[in-house]
Amino acid sequence: MTSLTTKYIEIQGVEQTFKTRKGPFRALQNINLTVARGEFVALIGHSGCGKSTLLNLIAGLTTPTEGSLLCANREIAGPGPERAVVFQNHSLLPWLTCFENVYLAVERVFSETETKAQLKARTDAALAMVGLSAAAQKRPGEISGGMKQRVGIARALSMEPKVLLLDEPFGALDALTRAKLQDELLQIVATTQSTVVMVTHDVDEAVLLSDRIVMMTNGPSATIGEVLKVELPRPRSRVALAEDIRYLGYRKAVIDFLYTRQGHVEKAA
Amino acid sequence: MVSAVFHTTEAVLPASSPSPAGGGLGWGHAAPSSPVAANDAAAPTPALPQRGREKIPFDRRELWLKVLPPLLGLGLLALVWELVFMGTGGSIPSPRDTFAQALQIFSDPFYSKGPNDQGVGWNVLSSLKRVAMGFGMAAVVGIPVGFMIGRFNFLSRMFNPLISLLRPVSPLAWLPIGLLVFKGANPAAIWTIFICSIWPMIINTAVGVQRVPQDYMNVARVLNLSEWKIVTKILFPAVLPYMLTGVRLAVGTAWLVIVAAEMLTGGVGIGFWVWDEWNNLNVKNIIIAIFVIGIVGLVLEFALIKLATAFTFEEVKN
Repeated sequence: MTSLTTKYIEIQGVEQTFKTRKGPFRALQNINLTVARGEFVALIGHSGCGKSTLLNLIAGLTTPTEGSLLCANREIAGPGPERAVVFQNHSLLPWLTCFENVYLAVERVFSETETKAQLKARTDAALAMVGLSAAAQKRPGEISGGMKQRVGIARALSMEPKVLLLDEPFGALDALTRAKLQDELLQIVATTQSTVVMVTHDVDEAVLLSDRIVMMTNGPSATIGEVLKVELPRPRSRVALAEDIRYLGYRKAVIDFLYTRQGHVEKAA
Repeated sequence: MVSAVFHTTEAVLPASSPSPAGGGLGWGHAAPSSPVAANDAAAPTPALPQRGREKIPFDRRELWLKVLPPLLGLGLLALVWELVFMGTGGSIPSPRDTFAQALQIFSDPFYSKGPNDQGVGWNVLSSLKRVAMGFGMAAVVGIPVGFMIGRFNFLSRMFNPLISLLRPVSPLAWLPIGLLVFKGANPAAIWTIFICSIWPMIINTAVGVQRVPQDYMNVARVLNLSEWKIVTKILFPAVLPYMLTGVRLAVGTAWLVIVAAEMLTGGVGIGFWVWDEWNNLNVKNIIIAIFVIGIVGLVLEFALIKLATAFTFEEVKN
């Protein structure tokens, strides 16, 4: 049991090679990482470093060329609702209302054990959690980008996943909306105690949200360069942390890694 | 409308430019929040009638620009027609005579004096009936086949050479095969419509399935949806716009082909009517038939475009 809480997700010696027209392209190599239950881990790195590739591997959307991935001591053989993904571009189905988008997920996971009324209640609760009860009957085309991303989060959370995987969830949003959703995510994760792996390229986002920051080297053949433990007390407040000396220290450490040691993207590529 | 909107923003622009949100699209919305605009709001009475006075002439010009060019086009057609009428020494009837004849024909479109002499309404309806039957069968076969070909790469590779080979064949080349197999003019015509409608539907449906955004399929995979749910909740709505394009192309071709097919097979139908009037040397009726064919085709096309836009969701582009 103790091993499960400290090694909830276990990635061992993972390598990912893609076939391209110019021959094999090795995106990731020698990735070793464990994520504890209830931990919030951020993957950060320059674009093209394979962060999303690693997240897709954990989601099971792709299978590794080498190595193995375990979740709760079981090999990750394919995607499944226990590892919910919030996609970068929200990926809501435009012909369904917000309610129906979430209901599709709820129905898939709980329809065998619960009545229709319970499923509807779950959907309403998920939308309420992200503050979108009023927009439930609207289609994705009728709401803003931030609201869409919140529906995406509601859809993922409504499945009560063991692991929540976020692929640059706020990357396409403006700074103010992003900050608001980050705060909401902090609250939601605190109440649901979810295990979260989040891909980001935003240093502040990584430090504010996560327990550990996994910094990746530049691709091709990217790997984990450094892991930084963020030991800031929770609940965290954006405003209070802005002047916190430890926060600034963590921030500096990540920036150092990204821009001093891994800064020469053009030369490497 | 566009010019009217542009004019009001011009009036607001100097007031809103110092406000922080004044750039780009938000002119009209930015104005009330800016402190300068508050002064404007104190004196709205002189501004409003001015706008109202300007709007009327602009709308009139807009209306003219919408109505005038099509009218000119039709006028040009009538003029060329008149010239042809005079140039050919009356073997092509004049627009006025044809119009008079048309009024007479449309005063009683549904008469029936034996199989070879029926009203234009019956002719159009029986052509439409053939198109509907051939086209309906093509949809029933073609759309599922398109889905299968789009969904499974193996089938796509298997059928692509066949489709490429058969698609360019003129539908009328299939008419003798139809006559031979079905031993009747009517089923042969329906068969011809079937064969020419099926290709656009198969191809467009298959392309639509292949172009379903990978994001949606990833959602399906993460949720582990059943194949039935994938088809009903993701594939079908995503493919619908493509499918309707296929349907539109198919109906267009079918309406082209039915006229030719009926000329060859005879019976009741707009194509046969054209041929019959040619045998009677009744050129006025042939010209009327051309207009009828054009208008029916136009209506079919318009209806299907309306249907397609109703089912196209803006966000599919993402």
